[in-house]
Amino acid sequence: MKPTDAAVSWIEEKPLGLTERLYLPLVVQGLATTARHLVSKKVTVSFPEERPTVGNPLIYRGVHRLNRDQDDRVKCVACFLCATACPAHCIDIVATESPWPDREKYPESFTIDELRCIFCGMCEEACPVDAIELTSLLDLTGKSREEMIFDKEKLLSVYDMTKDAEPMKSDGLGGTL
Amino acid sequence: MIPSVETIAALVKIGLLVGGLMTAAAYLVLVERWMAAWVQDRKGPNRVGIPLTKIRLFGLGQPLADGLKIILKEDFTPSHVDRVLYNAAPLVILAASLAIFAAIPFGSVLPPLEIEGLPDPVPFLVAPGLDVGILWVFALSSIAVYGVLLGGWASNNKYGFLGGLRSSAQLVAYEIPLGLGLLGVVLAAGSLQLDEVMRQQAQSGLWYAFTQPLGFLVFLVAAFAEAARLPFDLPEAEQELVGGYHTEYSGIKLLLFLVAEFLHMVTAAFLIVILFLGGWHLWGVTGAGDEIGWSTALLRFGIFSGKILAVILFFMLVRWSWPRFRFDQLMNLAWKVMLPLGLANLVVVAVVEEFRPQMAAAWGETASGWAAVGLPWAVFLVGWITAGILTPSGTDNRPIRPRLLRDEGPFAVEHAMLGRTDDTYAGSAR
Repeated sequence: MKPTDAAVSWIEEKPLGLTERLYLPLVVQGLATTARHLVSKKVTVSFPEERPTVGNPLIYRGVHRLNRDQDDRVKCVACFLCATACPAHCIDIVATESPWPDREKYPESFTIDELRCIFCGMCEEACPVDAIELTSLLDLTGKSREEMIFDKEKLLSVYDMTKDAEPMKSDGLGGTL
Repeated sequence: MIPSVETIAALVKIGLLVGGLMTAAAYLVLVERWMAAWVQDRKGPNRVGIPLTKIRLFGLGQPLADGLKIILKEDFTPSHVDRVLYNAAPLVILAASLAIFAAIPFGSVLPPLEIEGLPDPVPFLVAPGLDVGILWVFALSSIAVYGVLLGGWASNNKYGFLGGLRSSAQLVAYEIPLGLGLLGVVLAAGSLQLDEVMRQQAQSGLWYAFTQPLGFLVFLVAAFAEAARLPFDLPEAEQELVGGYHTEYSGIKLLLFLVAEFLHMVTAAFLIVILFLGGWHLWGVTGAGDEIGWSTALLRFGIFSGKILAVILFFMLVRWSWPRFRFDQLMNLAWKVMLPLGLANLVVVAVVEEFRPQMAAAWGETASGWAAVGLPWAVFLVGWITAGILTPSGTDNRPIRPRLLRDEGPFAVEHAMLGRTDDTYAGSAR
C-alpha cells in the first residue's frame, strides 16, 4: 500500500503539552510503571517443581497415545491413513489379520519415532476411528534415541496413564462397535 | 623494615575496600539481573546456591557461577588488534575505577582505637585528610575514559571504534554539567574533602539536595551519563554497536571491563549520596559530631550503605523505565539544557553564600534561612519550566505527510462519487 493511498488516513500527532515538555512528570510515570511491575505477580513457571497449565488439553499437541476400546483392545484398525498423512514419516505400522470378528486388520506393531515427529496433529485428524490422539503431556524426554521410539505397548500405556485426566476426545466414534 | 602503624592501617583499609567492592560488584550483577527479571514479570536467577549441594539460597551462589564461567572462558585475542594497547585497556580502566575509592569515604569514623601511632578517631577513608579529594575523584574518572578509548581504538574494529568515539564525546560533554553541579556543593561546603562535605550536611541537617535542587538534578543526570547507564548507554548500545568498545574482548579481559563499568555506577552512587544526600547522616538517628561509640559508628556505616544501595537500585530501575536517547538528543541535553541549568545553580548558590550574612543582619536568622532555601527552589522551578518550554524536543521522527490523492489525484472522481469531501477526513488527516 502506498502512503498516498486513499485508504490511508494520516493522523497528526498532538503537539507536546507543557507537562510532556517538562519531562520529569513523564519520568515519574515511567518509574511508576516499572515499580508496579517490580512487585506484581510473576508469570514464570518454575518448571520441574511447578507444572505449567495447558490452556486447552483438547487442542494441545503433546505425546501421542493409542486409544483402547471398551474391551481394552487397541482401537486402531491398521488402515495406514495416519502413516500416509504424516509429513515427517515417523509412523511405522505392520498390519496383520485381526483375530476379532468386527474388523479385518489390526496393527501387529505400531511405532512412532517421537524424535522425528513434528507434532503437527495430522495423524489425529486422519484417523477414521479416533485411535491415535495427541495428549497434553509436554515433557517428552529420554536418554537415548532407541528410548524415544515408542512401540504399541508404550503408546497404549500412555493411554492408560492419561485416560482419566483426558478422556477420549470422541468416545462414540470409531468403527469397532 | 617494619612498616608503620599508619601503613598497616591503610593496607587493611585497602584490603577491606577492594575486597568489599569486588564482592559488591559481583552481587550487584545479581541484583541487576533480579531487577531486570522482576520488572519484566519474571523470577530471575534463583537456582544456584551452595556448590555441590541442593541448597538454593534464592540464587545467591549465582555470582560465583557467573565469575567462574567468564574466567574459564577462552581469552581470545584477535590477530588484527594493537596488542599492547589491547591488553592495557582493561587494566587502565579497572585500576582507575578502583583508585578513585582512595579518596571516597565509605562511612563516618571509627571510635578511638587507642593504638600507638594511629590518629584517633579513625576515619573510614583510605587516604584521610586528602585536601584535593574531589579533584582526585574527577581526575581518575577522566582517566577511566582512557580505558574505554584505548579499548575501542586497539580493537581495530568499527563497532569498537564507534563505541569509543561516542564514549569520548559523551563523557567530555557531561563532565561539564557534572562539574557545575559539583561546584555548587564545593562552594556551599567550602571544602574539597568529601568527608568534610558530609560533616557539613550532618551539622546543618540540610542535605544539599534540598538546598540546591537544580544542582542535584544536573548532577544526577550527568552522573547517569558518566556511568554510561541507560538512558545514556550509547557507548555500548547493543542494537547498534554489538558490544561497543568491548566488542573484541572476551574472557577475563571482558570481565575487567564489566567490573569497571559496575564500579563506575557504584562511584556515581557514592558521589550522589556523599554530595547531595547527606552521606551517613539521618535526622535524629546518627547525630553529627565525631565523638561516637561503636554502635553509632556502625549505625552510620549502615545508613550510608543503605543510601548507596537505594541509589543503585534507582539506577537499575531507571534502566528499564526509559528508552535510550538518540545521540543528537544526548548532546542537546548536555549543551543546551544541563549546561545552562548548572550555571544557573552555580550563580544562585554563589549569591546565597555571598549575601547570607547581610540577609541575616537585615531580616533575622529565620527569614534568611528560609530565603537561602527558597531562592534555589525558585530558580529550580523557573529554570526547569524555561528549559521545558524553550528546548526543542527533537523527537519528531514522523515522515512528511505526502500530498494525498484525494486532494487532486487520479481518484478525486471516485472520492466525489463516494460522497467523500474534505470534511470526511477533517478529523483524521488535516
